[in-house]
Amino acid sequence: MNESPRKVRVQCEINGKAYTLEAYPMTRLLDALREHAGLTGTKEGCGEGECGACSIEMDGALVNSCLIPLAQVEGAQIRTIEGVANAAQLSFVQQAFLANGGAQCGICTPGMILAAVNLLSRNPEPSESEIREGLAGNLCRCTGYTKIFASVVDACRLARQ
Amino acid sequence: MKSYIPHYRLETPRSLGEALQRLASEPGVWKPFAGGTDLMVLLEAGKLPQRRFLNVWNLPELRGIIATRTHVSLGALTTYSEIRRNAIVEQEFPLLSRAASETGSVATQNRGTIGGNIANASPAADTPPALLVYDAELELISAHGTRRVAFHGFWRGYKQLDLRNDELIARVHLPRGRQNWRQFYRKVGTRRAQAISKVCFAGAAQMDARRIADLRISLGSVAPVVLRATATENILRGLTPTPALVHAAQEALGREIAPIDDIRSTARYRLRVAQNLLAEFCESLAA
Repeated sequence: MNESPRKVRVQCEINGKAYTLEAYPMTRLLDALREHAGLTGTKEGCGEGECGACSIEMDGALVNSCLIPLAQVEGAQIRTIEGVANAAQLSFVQQAFLANGGAQCGICTPGMILAAVNLLSRNPEPSESEIREGLAGNLCRCTGYTKIFASVVDACRLARQ
Repeated sequence: MKSYIPHYRLETPRSLGEALQRLASEPGVWKPFAGGTDLMVLLEAGKLPQRRFLNVWNLPELRGIIATRTHVSLGALTTYSEIRRNAIVEQEFPLLSRAASETGSVATQNRGTIGGNIANASPAADTPPALLVYDAELELISAHGTRRVAFHGFWRGYKQLDLRNDELIARVHLPRGRQNWRQFYRKVGTRRAQAISKVCFAGAAQMDARRIADLRISLGSVAPVVLRATATENILRGLTPTPALVHAAQEALGREIAPIDDIRSTARYRLRVAQNLLAEFCESLAA
């Protein structure tokens, strides 16, 4: 049986733009985004689905892009941190993170923003425990989380106004 | 060390029939690949020995939650998020709902599947204790047809399944009619989210006034497989849980489980917690 590696061509939409990504089928979506699509906003933390740094939205669902093989991305609609701001206008979540000191070193921030944006799209008025649950898969070693939770609460306020 | 990615194949069959044909014609060569929450972690760690996978993620026959008069059936690809969102599961099978909500994080729950949780056969898996308490049955499918087996006994030993290499887990069937049973679920981990269990306990009992008419008890992370604690059940069945009876049941549980020391906990801690959770379950029945 032919064991020579075969690349696959995968068509998908990233941040509203059509892409064809060519790589090995088990290539992590995280690597395809960073190295093939040139979208380096998505960060690698643990590489094993524990830390959430590589969180993106795929067909509207929050996922860890380190755990998605490229062969499963065919036809998918993907949103990364590069697609969260609207042209020159930052999203409410991004504005709130800036205003409330929700980011320090910044490595967890793209994933944290995606998790927060995804939470608010499902639940525009989350309680504190719902915010904690929605962000529980995203680890931050700088902030102690208090300012991150405050940022999400503030983002809800901005969205209401 | 990381795996060498070009070594791995992941092919997408166009239909369930094609997937089953592939499994039948090249037995043992292909393994199913669903949400990837376990397999991609092994890949990253360089510990994925199998090299050829069939991408079953998009097979519609293996999706969806269906309620009939007698059963609620979950397609093997039902994710934890879909389980959590389902009103019938929440109402009639609350332990499964709880287990799904306490597994991983939002991102894991969006990809992890009930069939994957069963096929991965981790003794620390969180949904199997609920499935054992509910007397779940598995529907297995191959090119030669389907067969239905009890989930109790499906795991024959550590990572040993009663599953031929040409078969897929198609659906999980849960018999209905236990809404009136008292139900108890407790996962003990290092933190509330994104933690693998040190001990996981699921119990349900049908009460006749203060007497336990019937019951099921199941525990994770205390044996090579998720265990149905039948000897402990037999001590309690038909009786009123007095302190002396609960003590006897705790002793029986201690003989029935076989916890070990590992990176997450110790055998001693697990034994103590398992016995304490049993007492808590029994106390909840008296309340």
